[in-house]
This record gives sequence, C-alpha cells and structure tokens, in this order.
Amino acid sequence: MEFRGTVHKYGRDIDTDVIIPARYLNTSVPEELAEHCMEDLDAGFVGKVAAGDILVADENFGCGSSREHAPIAIKAAGVSVIIAKSFARIFYRNAINTGLPIMEAPDAVDGISDGDKVVVDADSGTITNETTGATYRAQPFPPFIKDIIETGGLIESVKQRVRG
Amino acid sequence: MIPLSGKTIAEKIFSAHSGTDAHAGDIVVADVDFVMGQDGTSPLAIRALENMGVTEVFDPKKVAVVMDHSSPSPIEGVSALHTMMREFGKRTGAKVYDVGEGVCHQLIPEKGHVVPGDLMVGCDSHTCTYGALNVFSTGVGSTDGAAAMAAGKLWFKVPESIKVTYTGALKPGVYSKDLILHLAGELGADGATYEALEFHGPVIDDLSVEGRMTISNMAIELGAKAGLMKADAKTLAWFQGRGEKTPNPQDPDADAVYERELTFDASAIGPQVAKPHAVDNVSPIEEVEGTPIAEGVLGTCTNGRLEDFAIAASILKGRRVHPDVRFIVAPASRQILLDAIEAGYIQTLVEAGAALVTPGCGPCVGTHNGVPSNGENVISTANRNFKGRMGNSNSFIYLGSPATVAASVIEGKITDPRKYFEGGER
Repeated sequence: MEFRGTVHKYGRDIDTDVIIPARYLNTSVPEELAEHCMEDLDAGFVGKVAAGDILVADENFGCGSSREHAPIAIKAAGVSVIIAKSFARIFYRNAINTGLPIMEAPDAVDGISDGDKVVVDADSGTITNETTGATYRAQPFPPFIKDIIETGGLIESVKQRVRG
Repeated sequence: MIPLSGKTIAEKIFSAHSGTDAHAGDIVVADVDFVMGQDGTSPLAIRALENMGVTEVFDPKKVAVVMDHSSPSPIEGVSALHTMMREFGKRTGAKVYDVGEGVCHQLIPEKGHVVPGDLMVGCDSHTCTYGALNVFSTGVGSTDGAAAMAAGKLWFKVPESIKVTYTGALKPGVYSKDLILHLAGELGADGATYEALEFHGPVIDDLSVEGRMTISNMAIELGAKAGLMKADAKTLAWFQGRGEKTPNPQDPDADAVYERELTFDASAIGPQVAKPHAVDNVSPIEEVEGTPIAEGVLGTCTNGRLEDFAIAASILKGRRVHPDVRFIVAPASRQILLDAIEAGYIQTLVEAGAALVTPGCGPCVGTHNGVPSNGENVISTANRNFKGRMGNSNSFIYLGSPATVAASVIEGKITDPRKYFEGGER
C-alpha cells in the first residue's frame, strides 16, 4: 500500500469535536460529514484538501468523543493516511475499523512541514518527504490491519471472510 | 515459573470476564455485561449490524440505546435517527430510553443495568463514568459497539493502571470536580492514554457515590480507558432496589502492580477551572477570577446529579442570577429531576432565574439548548471545553464545579465559591 499527497499539518490534541462538530452528526453519510471536516479548527481545510493528501499532527490525535464520524469524515474528505506522534485510544481503533490508515511516527512529524509532498509505503513503514528528501521509519501495518484497511473497514472485512 | 504478582481492579475484572489469568498487556476476548449507544453513535452501530446481516442482538436485556445528545430532536435529520433507534428497539427487544429519560451515563447505572464487577462498553467516550461503581466500563466506536451487540464479547488489551491516592480532606467549597480538573492539569490530555486510573484514599472514601462518578466520568479527558474505584458499603447501598443483578465487587490485591503511583493532598487543592480550549489547561480559580461570563451551565453526565443540584441551590437560595447571564440547568435524568423537585432545588434554581431544559446532555455537546454567541464566555459543569464544543467555535468555555458555576452566575463573572462556605478560606 502506498500513499502520496500534500501534507496538511496540525498541532497536538486535535479533538473529535473539531474534526467533526456534533451539530453535524444528524447525518452519517460520509460525503456530507466530509463537508464539515476540521471546520472549527481550519475552515479552509475542505477547500484545499485533495484526494490522497496526508494529515500530519503532534501527540494525541483524535482525543475526545468516541464518534466514529471523525475518521469517516477525514477519509471521505480524501485523506489517504494520518501520520501523528500518537493517537487517542478510541480514535485509533475507530480509524482501523473504518478503514482509515494511521501511523505513529514522531520523527517524521518533526521533519515534515505543512505543504510538503510525502510518500508513505505502508508495507515497509517507510515515509519519504519528497520536498526535503528525508526518510523516516514507522511500524508497517500488521497483515490483519492491512486486510481491514484494504477491504474498507472491519465490517467489509468480516463480510468478505464470512463469504469465504 | 515466576509467581505472578497481585492484580489491579482492571486485571481482576478482565480475568473474570475472559476466563483467563489476565495481566496488563494481555489481549483477551471478554464477555460484556452490557452494551449501550446514544443518539449520535447508535445509528452507525445499527447500520453496521444491518450491514453485517445481523438481525438480533446477543441478549436484548443487555443492550440499550439512549436519546440524550439531541433530545428532544432539534432538527429533522435527528428525528429520523431517533425513529431508527425506536425501530431498532422494537425489532430486537433492546431497551430504548426515549426523549426526557436523561443522559445515558446516569441511566445505565441508575436503572441497574450494571453492577460492581461488571464489564461493559458504550458508544460514548464518557462510558468510563461507571468506574466509580467498580464497573470496568469504556467507550468504543460504533463498529466495535455493533460487534459487541451482536456477539456479546469484544477483544481488549488489558490496561496497565495508574494508582491515584488522595490524602487529607476536601476544604469547604471544594469538590470532586476540582480534584479531577487538577489531575487533568497535572497529567495532561494524554497522560493516561491506554491506561486505567485507579482512585484510592480517604478523600475518595468520604465522597458520595455521585461525587465519585464525577471523577471517573473525566478519566477519558486524561486519555484513560477507565477510571476505577473500589465498591464499598456506600456503593452497595446505592444499588439497593435498582434491579435484580447481584454485585460482584472486585478489589485490587494488596500487591497489585501499578505503572505509576501518585499521591495528592486534597487539603491543598482549591477550586480549579479548565480554560479554553483544552481540559488540561487548568489553573486555580484565583487566576481566572473576574472573567466575564454570558452563560452558565449546570448539568451533564459530569455534574447533573442530585448532589450537584443541592450544592447549586444552597448557593443560589434567595439570590438572583446576574441579569446579563443565561443560566441553563439540565438534570441528568428524569428521576433526578423528580428528586430535585421534591427537595425544592428546582424551585430555588428557577426562582433565581435558571432556564430548566429536558433531562439529557443539554447544551454540553452543542446540538441545541444554549449555543453561545460569538465572543461569549461560558462557565460550565461539563467535562469538555474544546473549540466549538457547545456549537460555536467563536465562544470560550470554562469548566468548574457546580459551586463555581453557581457563584459565577450570580456575579456575571468567574467567582470563587468559597466565600459562600464557612471555613472556606483561601
């Protein structure tokens, strides 16, 4: 699995209320949620994010509520992968369950700036900053997580396995 | 073979529910005693079940959906989600708590759905509230919630525990809310990520069950998976008459191993306030005193219980809410509303100028019931002050105890509540 895109970089403790405010939870349609993604933190995000782009953030990304709408909104906005120094516990599990790739790579976060072009090879765990030429290492996805992400989430993965 | 050490509360509960000798770091598949979702998260769980082709829940007596976040519905889209939840209840037999019943985190223990020693998951991050009742309860997303509703079990990583002990005694005008805000300031918003907090000491023993729930409720604000306490005589008395389930309290072993042990002297802690826009941005009230406020909120799963109403009513009795302040009051459940009516607290608060809203999450989550205007400051008993949390990203939320909120709405600015208490010196 390889992801390539422009980086949108944010700070620490990015909470699920700014990722998708509760006032928009009156829908669970991914595309409708995506229209309001990051709205309270960066009103310009939806206008500038392109398919395949990469979110980079400091510690504790996704803290706060358990709303699975948060990874759904980020994914539907076009983000291909999130690289952070660390993730909040519930978000971590929700991201994988909804098929949104996430990686913990503190060195990469420090070495990547907003607007950089980055390539992520999730199979080897290599993160390359094409803007600076620097490369970083992260844990590659274990096979079962790779399978969940490739099939689009836990539900799809279970359905495919049941179908055999 | 090296003898294994004693167990924490978390390790005890996971051992009992997984049929293994569970220790921190182990991954176990455990039976859950209850699964819950609210109106923000249940619709995704219900859709996930449909997607999996699952038409029944593992045990209708062990599943509930609660309409509390946007209740009564403020908008057509939510009305449709509420309908979906009601139909799910009819179809599967799962318990439905409809508009007016209250906040999920009050209802699940209040109605006896969980008892000490239980393991439960809820599709809401503040599910950790029942840790105060010796229940290992934790928040999960809707997909995990759906899996638990279908199978009655889920995989967990048994967390390490941080032991937090409070010595001394709370000074007049200082409450359990101040202790947990103080701890959030000490440990930070990710200070306990992936871990369980375990609370001990004479100060915890002295707290009411309600006061303890305030502490466990906010464990997630430190990133914790749970905020656990022992069940004592008070806990067991609280469960009397609440249902047919038999409590099975799990005490930690004397030689339990903790990742860290922290001790705080509660006598040295005064009222605390979390400032915008982070729960760990905490300072003693002296540093923010005088900050003007346009709105006060009493309620939520953190501080919407009878004791919180008693505290606020004791301060507001015979006084008036400042004319430039809206004071919104939301009991955590219908039963609490009834009890507060009977005790005269509602009369006192409404006479003082409070606007009473339906038992539920009220304005905390920003869906309705008191969205602040641009540039306004709010003082709230809630658990989160994230940017935009109350529905307007151009407003500023401060968090404090019910006493701090009551004192502040009288003066129209953040006010130290200790002046209303004999011996509440600074």
